[in-house]
Amino acid sequence: MLFFSYFKDLVGREVTVELKNDLAIRGTLHSVDQYLNIKLENTRVVDQDKYPHMLSVRNCFIRGSVVRYVQLPPEEVDIELLHDATRREAR
Amino acid sequence: MASEEESAVKEPLDLIRLSLDERIYVKLRSDRELRGKLHAYDQHLNMILGDVEEVVTTVEIDDETYEEIVRTTKRTVPFLFVRGDGVILVSPPLRTA
Repeated sequence: MLFFSYFKDLVGREVTVELKNDLAIRGTLHSVDQYLNIKLENTRVVDQDKYPHMLSVRNCFIRGSVVRYVQLPPEEVDIELLHDATRREAR
Repeated sequence: MASEEESAVKEPLDLIRLSLDERIYVKLRSDRELRGKLHAYDQHLNMILGDVEEVVTTVEIDDETYEEIVRTTKRTVPFLFVRGDGVILVSPPLRTA
């Protein structure tokens, strides 16, 4: 539940989701669920020339299991809070 | 000194807890490696790393000579969430002399 809560706090921020098929999608985090499925708005594919598949797609739902990374905004994140939550969570 | 249960190292995840806020090395699937500061993790090994360097290793085989060309691609990301199902191992950074 730790990362679910963390992503809920990030709703509205710009993130870049890198998928396991190497596609990278930048967009505004609209919502997240317990499986870490992600809904992004205002999406743009990062390397549009290489991946023209989603040129006209502006909003998408991404299944959590296909995510490799999420590049996060470094500011406005309380690292100490993350550390404390982790100590409590992972047994 | 009734119980030091919280900081006792009982299972593998407790070992990772010792590396919180320290730099670690993570080996991932698809010949990828990460080095960064561990800020958060869970039982799935989902992680949040800071100041991360990713190294992707590829092997090309020359059509004529059949020699293997090993290439590494590096990039840095300030703040990264890593999904746990791609993680193979977690370790303190290796000391390459």
